Amino acid sequence: MEILPVLNYLAFFMVFAGIFAVMALGLNLQWGFTGLFNVGVAGFVAVGAYASAILTGPPEPERFGGFGLPILVGWLGAMLLSGVAAFVVAVAALRLREDYLAITTFGIAVVIQLVATNAQGLTGGPFGIQSIPRPFVEALGTGFVWNLAYLGLVALVLGLAWWALERLVASPWGRVLRAIREDELAAASLGKRAAAFRLQSFVIGCMLMGLAGALYAHFVGYIAPEDFLPILTFQIWAMLIVGGSGNNAGAVLGAFLVWAIWSVSGNLIREVLPAAEQARGAALQVVLIGVMIAAILVLRPRGILGERATVSRHAGKD
Amino acid sequence: MLQLVADGLVVGSVIALGAVGLTLTYSILRFANFGQGEFMTWGAYFAVSTLAFVLAVTGGGVMEPLGPFSFGWQLIVAMLLAAALTAILALVVDWLLFRRLRRGNAITLVIASFGAALALRNLVQFLYGTLPEYYSREIQIAIRLVPRDVMGGLRVTPDQMLVIGLTLVLMLALQWLLTRTTLGRAMRATAMNPALARVAGVDVEGVIRATWVIGAALAAIAGVFVGITLQIRPMLGFDLLLPLFAAAILGGIGSVRGAVVGGYIVGLAESLSVPLVGAEYRAATAFAVLIGILLLRPNGLFGARA
Repeated sequence: MEILPVLNYLAFFMVFAGIFAVMALGLNLQWGFTGLFNVGVAGFVAVGAYASAILTGPPEPERFGGFGLPILVGWLGAMLLSGVAAFVVAVAALRLREDYLAITTFGIAVVIQLVATNAQGLTGGPFGIQSIPRPFVEALGTGFVWNLAYLGLVALVLGLAWWALERLVASPWGRVLRAIREDELAAASLGKRAAAFRLQSFVIGCMLMGLAGALYAHFVGYIAPEDFLPILTFQIWAMLIVGGSGNNAGAVLGAFLVWAIWSVSGNLIREVLPAAEQARGAALQVVLIGVMIAAILVLRPRGILGERATVSRHAGKD
Repeated sequence: MLQLVADGLVVGSVIALGAVGLTLTYSILRFANFGQGEFMTWGAYFAVSTLAFVLAVTGGGVMEPLGPFSFGWQLIVAMLLAAALTAILALVVDWLLFRRLRRGNAITLVIASFGAALALRNLVQFLYGTLPEYYSREIQIAIRLVPRDVMGGLRVTPDQMLVIGLTLVLMLALQWLLTRTTLGRAMRATAMNPALARVAGVDVEGVIRATWVIGAALAAIAGVFVGITLQIRPMLGFDLLLPLFAAAILGGIGSVRGAVVGGYIVGLAESLSVPLVGAEYRAATAFAVLIGILLLRPNGLFGARA
């Protein structure tokens, strides 16, 4: 049976790529459709992961939480809490010039990382939270079948997120978002309140990131602060930029593609380099992602797919 | 209490030097450069290499401490060389990346600086490894300036005093450059209105190069100061990025005086908050300052009204 480990790895790979795709979709709503620059993706993902872990986990004497609630409640809680965190950031930074949002989201991610590492009574500190319940594990065990079942679940969530975002973006609400992104003054003169639309877009995007964090937590069953380092933010950005921002298909394609490049290069480093050089090799892997972001920005700013041109049905008929 | 103030002034000096570069690039190139912290890291590590070079060239390979300080004259030379190398690095990054994106959206530049920062930080890690480095292993005896029974007392090392003093000298020199020289006037004109400056005969590309050189050199010196007073790590600059932004925004984007004052305020706030929130949440103080200024006075203390 040589095929089973390969299939198992493939399922593993797809689950992660699917979770990243949900994050990339959230970022695409913020950046691709609204032009909001969020540098705190890892922070909002962490809020979701920890929220769901605390809500659904078994009680532990030294830590707050462990309410043992159903996993679905945990996921809803994850979205709610990430949304609240996003709301707080948005209120402080959204009404100001656009790069202040970048700086503020960068700051909130740093602070969330500090809390995750140091607030032992809430997050378990550097050791994180163990034994996060996995859905259907009683029925399916922890083998290949369970991985496959979880892959189905991730695919379902990704599909739902995709469907909802496509509907949203095509709706009048989505049109206003793009109008504000392109020309805020014109949109405002038509009576659209730019600040409110931006706030909604930002909060919904961050809720998706929180949901993705919860998906991650319940798949791995264990979370720690080092799962949510700034490198995660960079990976999601690379996915969106490579795939093409402003296009949901691009975001999903980018997630699978960049995750594939990342995994292959990581395996290559593990195979080729001696053990002593692995840490340096890992650093080189990150350099690769950084250079890739920069190169795509210079050479092909639209990404692979790019945004579809939106033209009114009534324009250019004659 | 006094001790906390003194520590805050040392950290504040480093933040001020970095924030000045940040505010200059922000006002002249018009984007928030997330790579500014990495210039500090690179400056600190360049100085490790140039120090080894200077020691090898001058023979002996041992650094004789200079007076009360922990390092010799070789480190001063190494620091100047490191500042020059960091300035070249900034020019290369600008030539490779930012120059090509300048016509587009400002946010594209921010993303690009993000990618560049990531690549630069990990390149340092690749080249120098993750273990902390030091310029000198000399142990310095702190001088007691105030006895222990007066407000908790105060002990400062000569190195720390030098850092604060040199920062003030550098800031005065920069103020002079910006207000009294042709280059400084050209820089301020470009910051106010690039199109008008170009029409008036200002070499805008030259101004941009000068901005990178000044910003990167100051950042490199700040990085060396961190290396002298603490230690040199690959995350050195990244950990200072949030305080840098807080200081630059607190002072008002484009205001050099504001960035210096903002740097010292953030440094003091971080230091004084340690007994309240614990040393592990130090960085959160900078964020609190940032949120506070954004809510109350988004143009900063010295910023022009929008």
